[in-house]
Amino acid sequence: MARLCQEANYKLEEDVINSFKKSCDIEVSQSGKKILNLLVENAGIAAAESIPICQDTGFAVVFLELGQDVHIVNGDLYEAVNEGVRKGYQEGFLRKSIVGHPLERVNTGDNTPAVIHTKIVPGEHLKITVAPKGGGSENMSALKMLKPAEGVEGVKNFILDTVKNAGPNPCPPLIIGVGIGGTMEKCAQLAKEALLRPVGEPHTLPDIARLEEELLEKINKLGIGPSGLGGRTTALAVHIEIFGAHIACLPVAVNINCNAARHKSVVI
Amino acid sequence: MTQVRLTTPLTDETVANLRIGQQVLINGVIYTGRDAAHKRLVELLDQGKELPVELQGQIIYYVGPSPAPPGRVIGSAGPTTAGRMDAYAPRLIEIGLKGMIGKGARSEAVIEAMKKHGAVYFAAIGGAAALISKCIEQAEVVAYPDLGAEAIHKFVVKDFPAIVVNDVCGGDLYQEGRKIYAEE
Repeated sequence: MARLCQEANYKLEEDVINSFKKSCDIEVSQSGKKILNLLVENAGIAAAESIPICQDTGFAVVFLELGQDVHIVNGDLYEAVNEGVRKGYQEGFLRKSIVGHPLERVNTGDNTPAVIHTKIVPGEHLKITVAPKGGGSENMSALKMLKPAEGVEGVKNFILDTVKNAGPNPCPPLIIGVGIGGTMEKCAQLAKEALLRPVGEPHTLPDIARLEEELLEKINKLGIGPSGLGGRTTALAVHIEIFGAHIACLPVAVNINCNAARHKSVVI
Repeated sequence: MTQVRLTTPLTDETVANLRIGQQVLINGVIYTGRDAAHKRLVELLDQGKELPVELQGQIIYYVGPSPAPPGRVIGSAGPTTAGRMDAYAPRLIEIGLKGMIGKGARSEAVIEAMKKHGAVYFAAIGGAAALISKCIEQAEVVAYPDLGAEAIHKFVVKDFPAIVVNDVCGGDLYQEGRKIYAEE
């Protein structure tokens, strides 16, 4: 657990680095190209010297995929996760960015509590994914309960408006995680889970994959560009996850990830 | 465009000559500050008390660095979103703060204060925190150590790369840059 926190923060996955390089080849803005190259260089330095890619080493968002045949003995699973976060952040010189009470705002000093999502699945394995999430991009995320009559056009407009309003703030180029359907909290969780997919891997449903492609194209026509200084690379990918919806509801959640799109998994 | 080398403290003349899109390399002392430290600074000003750091002609870098591992001056240290400091920045500009480094858009009130009192806002590259840390040659906490990463640090920087986003004329590079590349 501690090692996952550190590796996720020091080492950007190849898919993200490759998408910086790919975007650099097609970016028309000279400053945009330069920034994309610097982000590749930054990832190299962080990995080589074991220092964080970004100083905001994030909220420790932890996904546990627990096989239903697994029996955890001797202790509290969630406390073990938090202990791992504590150890990982302290020993790995990661920034402690969490306040214990949202209104009193006193730092807990060890980056706990982690946000833990648990899914029970068939099997006898435990998969742990750590996805450190920065505050700057989280702040520009949004959720809206649309009317079903607003349909796919309403969904597209909400996503585009959210990215447009975010502008330079969430450290573009971005990964856009989208949840459509479910209840309010389910929708938000879908958007977060969408960020875990390898960058640019399309959804398995052809209509959703087409929607992802269309939105990416539209987002990259907004002109925001790398670091928001103008350019065609505002987003590297749009990932959408869907779920059944109530007859009265069309929820849409947009979870924005900055260019430090970090996550690391292990299967036990 | 050629890069301009700046050394702090900044004079009114230096600030007045900077224009949006200008790439700069900042040298000398800069101070760090995030929301929590800004809140305390403005509270001191409200009470008519002296600030723990002299801000006349200085630059505040909006950053909460990660801790320094052994053998390093500082951990990673990229910019944080400047908008969270918008509520406090005009007060500091009024008393002589000449520059701010961060990322993301500023409010109308901050842009007005920059025009009125002569100050600039620079963007550093969000996410390039490991790279930026290489420009920081010295670092020490000079106020509010209880705030941890949010304490006010004094950095000595060498050729810290940034770009002018808002100048004394009210220009805004984020708006201008977007206009050039938008296809709507």
